[in-house]
Amino acid sequence: MGIEQKAGNMGVVTLKLEEVINWSRTNAMWPMLFGLACCAIEMMSAQASNFDMSRFGMELMRPSPRQSDLMIVAGRVSRKMGPVLRWLYDQMPEPKWVIAMGDCASCGGVFNNYAIVQGVDEVVPVDVYVAGCPPRPEALIHGIVTLYEKVKEEKMKDWA
Amino acid sequence: MDIDLETNLPPDALDGMQHLVSDRAVRGETVLLNMGPQHPSTHGVLRLLLELDGEVVVNCVPDIGFLHTGIEKNMEAKTYLKAEVMTDRLDYLNNLGNNLTYVMAIEKLADLDVPPRAQAIRVLLTELQRIASHLVWLGTHALDAAAMSVFLYCFRERERILDIFEMVSGQRMMTTYFRPGGLWRDVTSGFEAAVRDFVSYFPPRVTEYDRLLTKNPIFLRRTKEIGYLEPEVALRHGVTGPMLRAAGIEFDLRKAQPYSGYELYDFDVPTHTDSDTYARYLMRMEEMRQSIRIVEQALNKLPLGPVRSNNRKYVPPPRSELGTSMEAVIHHFKLWTEGFIPPKGSVYVATESPRGELGVFLESDGGPKPYRVHWRTPSFTNIQILPILARGHLVADLVLLIGTVDILLGDVDR
Amino acid sequence: MMNEELHTIAAELKERFAADLYEFRGEVSLILKPEDIVAFSRALRDEYDFELLTEETAVDYWPEQTPRFHVVYRWRSLKRNTIIGARVLLDGNSPSMPSIVKVYLNANGFERELWDMFGICFEEHPDLRRIMMPADWVGHPLRKDYPLGYEEVQFTFNFDEIDQRKPYAKE
Repeated sequence: MGIEQKAGNMGVVTLKLEEVINWSRTNAMWPMLFGLACCAIEMMSAQASNFDMSRFGMELMRPSPRQSDLMIVAGRVSRKMGPVLRWLYDQMPEPKWVIAMGDCASCGGVFNNYAIVQGVDEVVPVDVYVAGCPPRPEALIHGIVTLYEKVKEEKMKDWA
Repeated sequence: MDIDLETNLPPDALDGMQHLVSDRAVRGETVLLNMGPQHPSTHGVLRLLLELDGEVVVNCVPDIGFLHTGIEKNMEAKTYLKAEVMTDRLDYLNNLGNNLTYVMAIEKLADLDVPPRAQAIRVLLTELQRIASHLVWLGTHALDAAAMSVFLYCFRERERILDIFEMVSGQRMMTTYFRPGGLWRDVTSGFEAAVRDFVSYFPPRVTEYDRLLTKNPIFLRRTKEIGYLEPEVALRHGVTGPMLRAAGIEFDLRKAQPYSGYELYDFDVPTHTDSDTYARYLMRMEEMRQSIRIVEQALNKLPLGPVRSNNRKYVPPPRSELGTSMEAVIHHFKLWTEGFIPPKGSVYVATESPRGELGVFLESDGGPKPYRVHWRTPSFTNIQILPILARGHLVADLVLLIGTVDILLGDVDR
Repeated sequence: MMNEELHTIAAELKERFAADLYEFRGEVSLILKPEDIVAFSRALRDEYDFELLTEETAVDYWPEQTPRFHVVYRWRSLKRNTIIGARVLLDGNSPSMPSIVKVYLNANGFERELWDMFGICFEEHPDLRRIMMPADWVGHPLRKDYPLGYEEVQFTFNFDEIDQRKPYAKE
């Protein structure tokens, strides 16, 4: 009762295992529902009707870090929030990725002061930086697609 | 960790917080639960320490500061004009309202005049911003009550407002469009048509949300008689905005102390007497309708003329003058290198933000940088009412109570 | 705004608390002694219908020491539709003054913020903890002698140099 009845006999597809794994990872990447500041509103816009991030296999935002693959750090991270952020990151199961959304998360942005962590890469390792203050939803989606490119390049021998 | 051998407890076990929770927590009869700072319905990074008796909230202690940005300190280190960029990021759903408050404070400090066209455009855009802010509130509030579709509808309409902002300023959210003495520049040619389009498009949409929520039995059960707030308590806690008006006290700065030409427009300030979550929902829905009324009036009588003051000590000269006038070049150079220098003194200016009274205290020491900026933000005061609202309610209602106070953590923590 | 009414009130209060009065751009403020503030705010609330404490903040005039801090208050009356302000002058050496939490409950948050940001101690405040900064933070950030905490910005010419000493997080 699945695709094989609709599409006929699919036969056999031969493929490299790492390609299948990477393909499946990119098409069902669940981001963590975690907004910090202004960028969180744009992240919500990206989820909502006009931009509809579920086209990229992301309709499910998981509130729990233990069910998510991708952390979108949407907004400025204060010194008080930094340890919490790291704690959340540590709870995420492998494999996991991080997108630093916006200037504040990438490098501190306009807030070069005592309260803000100057770039979230001091707290968690970042895979993709998205520029903008805040980035448009399209920019976030572009960042996610860029992350997919990165994930598709991953090699099995590096996982072990 | 050092363990006290007599009591078998680590030295800082609950002692630092004993005054925040009841004695029953110390005896172990109630449960202490941490909610946030990463929680889907705390609307940002709010942390609540809950003391629960079963599922009933006995005590609720908000812990804020997870988004503390140091905006006030950072504004002291920039010139007046550069510091305006920070104001956008304060209450990030009311960016233009923050700009308006800040530039009005500078105008009051420097005794600057603002042309009527600029005033009208300011009112128009601020009201659109109010609608956009209420739309985000409505979407997330409905989402907290498990109504997903309202969220999608609300963001559809919000995009249209953001498109208008992008049209005039080039940015969707952080516009910095209002400048001391007027606007950054005049609106673009398609602006009036776009706003007119929105004015005819939006009212039927509010009716649509009405149909989805107002008589929805699940929504009614979740919101009616939840979070009752006595008017006296609200006043004593300094609550302003829709929270206060839903308690039956008609206080709206747009009516009470009109600024930026609000006295020219005909609108009502909705009030309610029930003072529960449902009443606040009705209030904000009505506010959106009133805002669209103001937008329509402002659009119909949009005056022509300049959008910037002619005071060259504060407002940069237009580009066309730079090629012909030496004086204009000097002013331009002074403004963009040193910045303007308002007289010594301190002012307080307040506007009505979607969340309540948004005020800025600005002190000048006669230099090009503000000596002290303090933001009196509505959310910071309103969040202190949360423990009173939450007492005696179920944990499940708490998410709606956070929604009904309409806090924004950028506004709370600054 | 009914300016005459406000001026009458301000004159009465000036007389009663032996305060200084000053006005700038139509805003009336009184300069009070720290020990008067509770009685003053009680009088405002009960006798002059100032229902709301609008804001309470401070200004630091470092390096001046006596007085170093001005604690700025502002009350709003809905009934009279007006605002009145007050300032309390404090010395730089362990500044301390009475709390008005018992009169206006929302002073709680403001005073906690003042303690956190300026290190001004409020006597008889029920819960004087840090509110914005982490509990183990050292210093009071909004004081003028506290540095802004500027970090050098990476540009093309110094990118590699800063990149080497930047504390990147590990997996």
